Amino acid sequence: MASHPDDQSSTKASALPIHIQGLTKKYGRMYALNNVDLEVRSGEFLTLLGPSGSGKTTLLMAIAGFNRPDAGSIRFADTEMILTPPHRRNVGMVFQSYALFPHMTVAENIAFPLKLRGTGAEETAQRVADALATVQLSDLGERGIDQLSGGQRQRVALARAFVFRPRILLMDEPLSALDKKLREQMQIELKHLHEQLGVTTVYVTHDQREALTMSDRIAVINDGKLAQVDTPHAIYNRPVNRFVADFIGESSMLPLTRDDTGKLYFEDHLIATDYQTETGKDYALLVRPERLFMIGDETVDADKTITFSGKVREFVFQGETAFALTSISDTHDLSFRFGTDSSSSQDSMRPGDPVSLGLNRQDVIVIPQTSDQ
Amino acid sequence: MRWWQKPASDTQITHGNRLWLYVLAAIIMLLLVIPTFIVIPMSFSDSQYLEFPPSHWSDRWYIVYLESPKWMRATVTSLQVGVLTMLVATPVGTMAAYALFVSGHRAARAIFVFLITPMIVPVILIAIGTFYAYGRVGLNNTITGLVMAHTVLAAPLVMIVITSALRSYDLDQERVARSLGATRVRAFFAITLPQIKFSIVTAALLSFLTSFDEVIIAIFVSGGSNATLTKHMFAALRDFIDPTIAAISTIMILVSTTLLLATQFIGSRQK
Amino acid sequence: MNTAIENEVDPGLPNENQLRSQGIREQRMLLSLATPAFLMIVAIILIPVGWLFYLSFIGGDGQFSLEHYRKMIEYKSYARVFVTTFQVSILTTLLCILIGYPLAYFLAMLPQRLAGFFMLAVLLPFWTSLLVRTYAWLVLLQKNGILNDFAISAGLWETPIKLVHNMTGTLIGMAHIMLPFLVLPLYGSMRKIERDMMHAAANLGASPIQSFWKIYFPLSLSGMVAGSLIVFVLCLGFYVTPAVLGGGRVVMVATQITAILENQFNWGAASALGVVLLVATIVILYLAGRFLKLDAALFGKH
Repeated sequence: MASHPDDQSSTKASALPIHIQGLTKKYGRMYALNNVDLEVRSGEFLTLLGPSGSGKTTLLMAIAGFNRPDAGSIRFADTEMILTPPHRRNVGMVFQSYALFPHMTVAENIAFPLKLRGTGAEETAQRVADALATVQLSDLGERGIDQLSGGQRQRVALARAFVFRPRILLMDEPLSALDKKLREQMQIELKHLHEQLGVTTVYVTHDQREALTMSDRIAVINDGKLAQVDTPHAIYNRPVNRFVADFIGESSMLPLTRDDTGKLYFEDHLIATDYQTETGKDYALLVRPERLFMIGDETVDADKTITFSGKVREFVFQGETAFALTSISDTHDLSFRFGTDSSSSQDSMRPGDPVSLGLNRQDVIVIPQTSDQ
Repeated sequence: MRWWQKPASDTQITHGNRLWLYVLAAIIMLLLVIPTFIVIPMSFSDSQYLEFPPSHWSDRWYIVYLESPKWMRATVTSLQVGVLTMLVATPVGTMAAYALFVSGHRAARAIFVFLITPMIVPVILIAIGTFYAYGRVGLNNTITGLVMAHTVLAAPLVMIVITSALRSYDLDQERVARSLGATRVRAFFAITLPQIKFSIVTAALLSFLTSFDEVIIAIFVSGGSNATLTKHMFAALRDFIDPTIAAISTIMILVSTTLLLATQFIGSRQK
Repeated sequence: MNTAIENEVDPGLPNENQLRSQGIREQRMLLSLATPAFLMIVAIILIPVGWLFYLSFIGGDGQFSLEHYRKMIEYKSYARVFVTTFQVSILTTLLCILIGYPLAYFLAMLPQRLAGFFMLAVLLPFWTSLLVRTYAWLVLLQKNGILNDFAISAGLWETPIKLVHNMTGTLIGMAHIMLPFLVLPLYGSMRKIERDMMHAAANLGASPIQSFWKIYFPLSLSGMVAGSLIVFVLCLGFYVTPAVLGGGRVVMVATQITAILENQFNWGAASALGVVLLVATIVILYLAGRFLKLDAALFGKH
């Protein structure tokens, strides 16, 4: 495995799938990675999303070769890579700190991987220029690293990571050092870049919105285990457990009881009739605050809509949306979020106001109560 | 507003309130610096006795020094041992510091502590210990023996300087270089080394000076034609106050001050 | 290792053995870089000091004996050496604190650039050969030296005072040489004290003097204790300055060791004293390390 995969003359490098099996890493008695299986499809943008200490960076570093797992298999297509040293994995990597070389110019930084591969001077110059153009920094090749802004550094780190046409690109929270506005702009740019390069990308973040924005699929990771791997839409709308539901988006959780026929109730509201449940397990109803809507005097079809009546406990105007915490029983609250318009005001609702909230049955999400799998 | 009325700190103490501190600090700093440099003017005295200020200026003690085969021989030895110590201690200490910093092994910390024990063990003990051990293997009065002992004193300083340089260095740079296709060795020489080179130079100067100024081990294990400058100076101090010592001291001050200013200059360049 | 069994990963996971041996190989390769340093310390510190340790238990007849240690307890001359050593070490440390604290405080209050400049006053002596500085003090303090001349012409005293070849001279010289070892860590710990802390104290109603004693001083203690400890431990084994400025009247352990070797050529007795010195140093550092997180103060935090 000494050779690098052949460089392609087309801009679009052929991407490689990554097959991860049984990946395990322990620190003392703590599992950083606990028997992780993950398939990253060829050319997709997969995000590892999890809280700090969940193992997402450990997993990324294992793919790059900087972290030696205790056991497991990491294959790029059909080739076992787990024992291959990092410099032979041919994987582009962007670090959180960017790790640009301060003793080299921008162009020298980007040319570094080409120099290591013995690329000729002419081709190196051409590819460095192309890479700079791709990240829209064409004029800055001769700059020193300390003359760049945060966003520019980020782009240089990116250009350096793809200039040698790796077939896998890894990124460890690359946008976390940028301010909010620039971060959101870069998210879109990164997504376009991914489409342009077509390279298999594994991206680590703890920011759920970033993950939802950019990914083809998201792998939610917690305590060294994968909690759920799915599209952003499915992760948001069909979380498999309480951890995923809590970690992504806002939610209210209502405990459910199950009668002999398998129907699920919250207090006296019938929630679901045909949900596959097991006896002995507890279930909860997950309500996304923006899926609720206010019901006025109109009658509702109980087959399609569940109605919760309650009182406003707290109301907050937050600009584009407003948020009301509504108590629907002595012990349970629902969060309710709705879009505002020019007639909305700080006083649209007051604590104590009675309110009826509707939830379409198609928006019902039932999850097991226990947070583990 | 005069300067003494201006606030000296964020809690509204004026420079005037602080005057006592400035005066006290000035006295202390003078007491630190004057005894270090007082020998310089005195070394240019014409008198047999040390005077300050000298009544007649002369370079006669420098002539005595330069024309004495004993002092010349000792100077060459000290320089030789200093340079050799620097050449051995710098790579040895740098390698050890790098390895222990990067490894993350459970034992790394314990090994680090073991490797800096020469800073804790009283030098007198190292001196008589090596004197005894060298006696058995014939290393007393040799340059090799002295360089080995001085290297052991200097290597911990090198390790501390290099470790602190590595601490403020982003090791991800080495990782990224490896992901871009560089071997570990290449990543170190192409990326890490250029960025810690000033610390390495500082460490090297420190090693040289450690050896050049070292007295106690030199008293025991150096001798004959390989006696160091410090050994002869110490002997001379115990007997009588020879103004030649003032001349030699001036030269030694010149050496160390130059090296110190060099490191300060390097330090400011590094930022 | 016992823990190997507990730490074993579930059987049947791929590549476990290969990964483990690759990891061991990499660690070995890395640690081998430290081997030269390791071997030199074994050769220059461990073996010679171990040898002295052995010699200290060998009596005049070549047999195992505790006579050297017994003599230390029985002979008054030894007791005097130990008392002098501790006396000089403690007094030097106190002197350093007394002089070093205001200096470090002054430096810590200055803007960084100015502090860097005035720091040269500490660093220049620090980098200058201690033999040269000892010599300078010898010249300054002698009977017809500069200090006596100056004091007499200023009318401070009438006849020259004996300032050197005694305890006074030793302490002055030692304090001068040790001061940087106290000031540098102390300054470091003072720089770490956040300005906001003093703002908060003032905001809560503390007068400048109160906020100094209640907030600043306690926070600077870690650096002061670390510095004092270094000074104290270095003093215990100090040789050159007491030998020159003490003029044979201030006999500390190190001086005594060389005297025994020069006059009696008694390796056993000299080694025994050396062992006591080493053990005292280690015990002090160990106790201090247990209570004070010393390495954090000495080597900076991770």
